[in-house]
Parts: sequence; C-alpha cells; structure tokens
Amino acid sequence: MFPLSDKLLMLVCGESGDTAQFAEYIAKNIQLYKMRNGYELSPSAAANFTRKQLADALRSQTPYQVNLLLAGYDKEDGPGLFYMDYLASLNKVPFGVHGYGGFFSLSVMDRFYRKDITQPEAMKLLQQCIDELSKRFIVNMSSFNVRMVSKDGIQNLGVIKPQPASV
Amino acid sequence: MEPKLTPCGQFIIFQARRYDSRTTIFSPEGRLYQVEYAMEAIGHAGTCLGILAKDGVLLAAERRNTNKLLDEVSFSEKIYKLYDDMACSVAGITADANVLTNDLRLIAQRYTLQYQEPIPCEQLVSSLCDIKQVYTQFGGKRPFGVSLLYMGWDRHYGFQLYQSDPSGNYGGWKATCIGNNSANAVSMLKQEYKEGETSLQEALALAVKVLSKTLDMTKLTPDKVEIATLTRENGKTKIGVLGVNEVEKLIKVYQEEEAKIEAEKKKEAEKKKSSS
Repeated sequence: MFPLSDKLLMLVCGESGDTAQFAEYIAKNIQLYKMRNGYELSPSAAANFTRKQLADALRSQTPYQVNLLLAGYDKEDGPGLFYMDYLASLNKVPFGVHGYGGFFSLSVMDRFYRKDITQPEAMKLLQQCIDELSKRFIVNMSSFNVRMVSKDGIQNLGVIKPQPASV
Repeated sequence: MEPKLTPCGQFIIFQARRYDSRTTIFSPEGRLYQVEYAMEAIGHAGTCLGILAKDGVLLAAERRNTNKLLDEVSFSEKIYKLYDDMACSVAGITADANVLTNDLRLIAQRYTLQYQEPIPCEQLVSSLCDIKQVYTQFGGKRPFGVSLLYMGWDRHYGFQLYQSDPSGNYGGWKATCIGNNSANAVSMLKQEYKEGETSLQEALALAVKVLSKTLDMTKLTPDKVEIATLTRENGKTKIGVLGVNEVEKLIKVYQEEEAKIEAEKKKEAEKKKSSS
C-alpha cells in the first residue's frame, strides 16, 4: 500500500518491480500537482490520472502489469473506492478485490454489503471474507494489514487474522 | 536585418543595431521593447472590462466592427467560451487572439482528458501565459499582440477574474479594464467598486457607467457593446451574452440616473446663485 497524499491510499499488486515503480511515479506526480497548484487532486481526478498513465503505457513498449485499488476521501463527495486493472479499466466501486481470492470473497461482499454500512459492520464483513478464504482458498494467507481512509486521513487499523469457525 | 547586394552580386545580411527589432533581446536599460510595443498596440484596441461580483462575473467589451454589411455573429464578436466554466474577452490583434483562444480550448480539454474533471481557472491562465512567455525569450518571433480578460468558476476558489498580457504575466482581479482608455476605466472602477458587496446587477450597472464615460462616443447603444455574464445555477455554470433588450434596459437606467444627478447639480448651482 502506498499513500499518495493525506487522504489518498493506493493498493498495488502484480508484477514485482512494476508495482513499486508505478506506485511511486503516481505518488510523486500527485505531490507535484499539490506543490504547483496549492491544492490537491480529488480522488476521482487522481484515479483518472492514474488510469491515463496506465493506458498510455499499455500500448507502448513498456506496459505496467499492475492491478490497483485506490481509496480516497473527498471533502465534497465523501469516501470513494476505485478499482483499476492492468488493462487500465477504471470503476468506482462499493467494494473490490484483486487476485484469486476475489472468486470467494466477492460473493460474500455481494451478499452482506449495504450502501449505508457502518465502519464496524464493514470490519466484520472484512473478517467474514478472510474467514471464507481460510476455509475455501487453497493458499494459506495468515494475516492481513488493514488501513482506513476517512476525513481524518489514513489510519492504520492493525492486523487481522482468519478466525476459522469452530466445528 | 536588411539584405544588401555586394559588388560581386552576392547577398549579405547586415544585423540591425537597434535593440528593439529582435524580440528576444534586452535593451541597455533592461527593457523588452517588443513586449512594450505589443502592449502599446493593445492600448489602441477596443475596450474590455471585467467585474467580479458576489454571485457571478461579467465581461463587457466595446464592439468596433459595427459595419452594417457585416454578417451576424454566432455567439459573440469579442467574447469566447473556453469551456463550460470559463469565458474570455480579448483586446488587440484579432488574428493573434484567435490562435490564443484556440490554444486555451485545447489546454482545457487536454486537462479534462487526463483528469476527467474541468480545469481550475488559474491553471488554464497560467498554462497559456507559459506559452506567451516563450515568445519573449526564444525564437525571434514577435509576442502575441493580445491582452485577455478571463471570467470563470471552479470548486477551489469560486468566481474569479484574471487578466493576462503579452509578456506572459497574469493576475487575479476584482475589477479591471484593458484596451483603449483602460487607465481611466481602472481608476473609475477603483473608486466605485465595493469589495464583497457588489451583486451582479450592481456590477452590470457599474460596467455600463464606466463604459459610457470611457468610450469615445457620445451615447452608448446596445450595438456598440457586448456584455456577458457567468453565474452558477443548480451546480452548473451558466455563461450568457446579454440580449439587446437587456442592454437597452441597463443603458436606460444609467441615463436616467445621470439625468437625475444632472438635475440635482443644476438645482444646487441655482440655489447658490440665488443665495449669493
């Protein structure tokens, strides 16, 4: 996870090397915009900028193989989550996931997510997804870092581990 | 630089030794003459003034092409829409102005292509001014003989008014004027403009007043002036040129005010006469 600015957090996964390279490039450009203009890019503008960089690189000799999730908080529009894949498709989503784990957790989120979900409920849903993975997914993933973006900026919410259901 | 024919029939180019025939050279006093001459050219062009109000911005421009044979204009003669949230008016060489407004529109759309949101006003003005500055430093080409007044809205700073000139310098203004007699207009605006208290209607009245007093002609008529306003309605920017009737109304109100003031002055003068 790379913080792009006070209220913008980007999660990158994919080809190693490309991930850090692309994420740092975007982060520094976001900071440059802030220095030049005195105000920050909104999360949706930052997401679209990132998408454009990805799309331009895609049909060049040097495409990036990265999948992203961008989380941001805008004073006017509130919190927002953006899903972007290595082919530079961009969507604003209520919940998102990259990787094989998505095959399992997407259906859990589909079932239990509501538009007016609160933060504690969302944490519970996250736990549910991870428990589902530990039960059904072949790869053992023992712990997850959780971070939250809100009006107070980026907060580290610690580590969560799967809690397998008792038999 | 004048080519001269030598005795053996070959052309040789002699460098002119004057400091102002090359745009990219300082004079001994540290001035850029070409830039100053460009601003001089603008000083003879049709007046443009802009006023920032609490609830909107306006641009008013003097129309010089009032030839009856001219075909009707589409949107406006001197006021250009740059993108949804910004418009500008120009004073100076029209051909140069067309190039610059086209560049402004391109810059605005390029930003929207990259960020999927409208360009903030100051960034657009700043980008164009970076282009204008190049012509004062490289290339040996003359600067653009245009000054522009921009009116716009963005979510960072609300309603804004900017002015830019051939040197590539720009500034944000509450009220300003460019073109013919602009100095008089600016000093009048300085006295009459009330910061933070002027509504768009008051600004329109002020614009008509200032234009009437600074234009060459005796009487102001709707076909000699173009007024455009920028306001926000329902979360969208509205840019519109005032119709003939609305301009007529404003002029009428102004003339009635003037007549009142004249009548009062006369009364005062007569009172003094009779009392003395």
